[in-house]
Amino acid sequence: MSHATHTEASSSKRSERSQSASLTYAVFLLTGLALLVVAPLFFYPIFLMKLLCFALFACAFNLLLGYTGLLSFGHATFFGGAAYFTAHAVKEWGLTPELGVLLGVAGAAALGLIMGFVAIRRQGIYFAMITLALSQMFFFFCLQAEFTRGEDGIQQVPRGHLFGFIDLSVATNMYYFVLAVFLIGMVIIWRFINSPFGMILKSIRENEARATSLGYSVARYKLGAFVMSAALAGLAGGVKSLVFQFATLTDVTWQMSGEVILMTLLGGIGTLIGPIFGAGLVVTLQNYLATSDFPVTIITGVVFMACVLLFRRGLIGEFYASRLGRRLGFEHRH
Amino acid sequence: MTMIFGIPVQAFLGQLLIGLINGSFYALLSLGLAVIFGLLRVINFAHGAQYMLGAFVAFLLLQYFAVSYWLALILAPIIVGLLGAAIERTMLSRLYKLDPLYGLLFTFGLALTIEGTFRYLYGAAGQPYSVPAALAGGTNLGFMFLPNYRGWVVVISLVACIGTWLLIEKTKLGSYLRAATENPVLVQAFGVNVPMLLTLTYALGAALAAFAGVLAAPIYQVSPLMGTNLIIVVFAVVVVGGMGSIMGAIITGYMLGIAEGLTKVFYPEASNIVIFVIMAIVLLIRPAGLFGRDV
Repeated sequence: MSHATHTEASSSKRSERSQSASLTYAVFLLTGLALLVVAPLFFYPIFLMKLLCFALFACAFNLLLGYTGLLSFGHATFFGGAAYFTAHAVKEWGLTPELGVLLGVAGAAALGLIMGFVAIRRQGIYFAMITLALSQMFFFFCLQAEFTRGEDGIQQVPRGHLFGFIDLSVATNMYYFVLAVFLIGMVIIWRFINSPFGMILKSIRENEARATSLGYSVARYKLGAFVMSAALAGLAGGVKSLVFQFATLTDVTWQMSGEVILMTLLGGIGTLIGPIFGAGLVVTLQNYLATSDFPVTIITGVVFMACVLLFRRGLIGEFYASRLGRRLGFEHRH
Repeated sequence: MTMIFGIPVQAFLGQLLIGLINGSFYALLSLGLAVIFGLLRVINFAHGAQYMLGAFVAFLLLQYFAVSYWLALILAPIIVGLLGAAIERTMLSRLYKLDPLYGLLFTFGLALTIEGTFRYLYGAAGQPYSVPAALAGGTNLGFMFLPNYRGWVVVISLVACIGTWLLIEKTKLGSYLRAATENPVLVQAFGVNVPMLLTLTYALGAALAAFAGVLAAPIYQVSPLMGTNLIIVVFAVVVVGGMGSIMGAIITGYMLGIAEGLTKVFYPEASNIVIFVIMAIVLLIRPAGLFGRDV
């Protein structure tokens, strides 16, 4: 990734390029924001909120896969686990929505700490298999635990009043709450990957042995990234339980873990905004197919294989690497 | 009635038998995974789907061609093995140069596609497949009643495991295989067709899974979902055993199956998760797995 020769000319060209990239970024960012703000005028709010929740979930997942190089096959645990925690706290304990979501995040982070502590002992595909097994264990726990209500799930979760006075049962209020959470989550992710911590994570992704030899405690950084990713996935899951007003077993299944991998892969592993597009596509597809009897699983599987075989950089990654993307000043780093 | 640890002997032995049966399937499947991983460096997520395919091929052969169980036990692995070879040749082989994670993701997609298709065609409910006449009924062993078919499954899967082990450890083909695992470039330089060896290995792994599937058909029902939940447990088995050794995979498979069966006797609530708990403990104490060399 790093090119050894840094001549004057190439570095000035690079800064020019990154300047044009940041300009393009700013334009895209503002357009995107404007679209998100006016979107409820054109689309069904629940659909949009679902999309935002999954987009945040996928971005949280990408924090781990794209920026640390760890493939977790168990992220449904954090997403679905937080959904249960939030739903339980809001419904049974009468917490306000923001506290309920925070509790969900804390719970997801705690689960992430436990799972991460066990899983980072192995690397690569072993890591993936271990996270998958541990999350299946959590699934069985949720199936049998009292508070999750087994097959029924926690239903009729009240949305409540945000900070005690904003009524979230009004769809518009709820939408802007979800949008705010999504944006906060994205800013956290963006800050995180551009922090010194994030840089060290990238160095671990590129060459773990070298990072170790430079004196970094690789295990601790990996665990930190894992907990961070789990907490953000929990943020998405907690909010989702308020949007749909229920938390069920669906969100803790391995299929859900697979879905978030697909979203990230489809959008572009290691790109900041790729997973948003991946999530958008997958959610739209599911919505579209929900009315037909054709099973989503087949399409999901075929798209998975096609992504891996044909465009591993994902949609956004391919765009960055394309001629147009490069002319706009993007650089694909992967 | 005799008791062991406050549990009637009959119940104890019954669960032990179920554990042994499950262990046979774990052993057969984790063996296939280890064989494929050893050479291809691919974790075959589609292993569960191939197991399911084996059962379905047997079921369909019986349904449409009245093929007996015994013939299906040979035909189904061949069919699924050929299918595996075709997939390896056309698609999987393109991924060897990449990060092994892509192989896992590809086979995951493959598993979803196969399962989705069968669920679409046959629904999620199970289809019955009857025990072959020669193995119907049971034998009274004096201390317990053993259904003949279950005894047969334990014996034949042990034979299949040991056969595979012998094939890999004691034959010339196996020595090529092991050599190619160590250094594929060198082995190719000696004139061995390594790409062919890779295809054969994947086909062998898929065939083993299908063989297990046919064995399972009369015990569990033939259903599109029979493979996936099983494969996750088998992953845990593989993590416990470590994928370095074939024998390790076999022994771990049986051990964990029995551990699961015994948990059902003493603490049924935990029987679903006991293998995962064992996996976590093993990882904390011995991260490379019981028989593993570190990868």
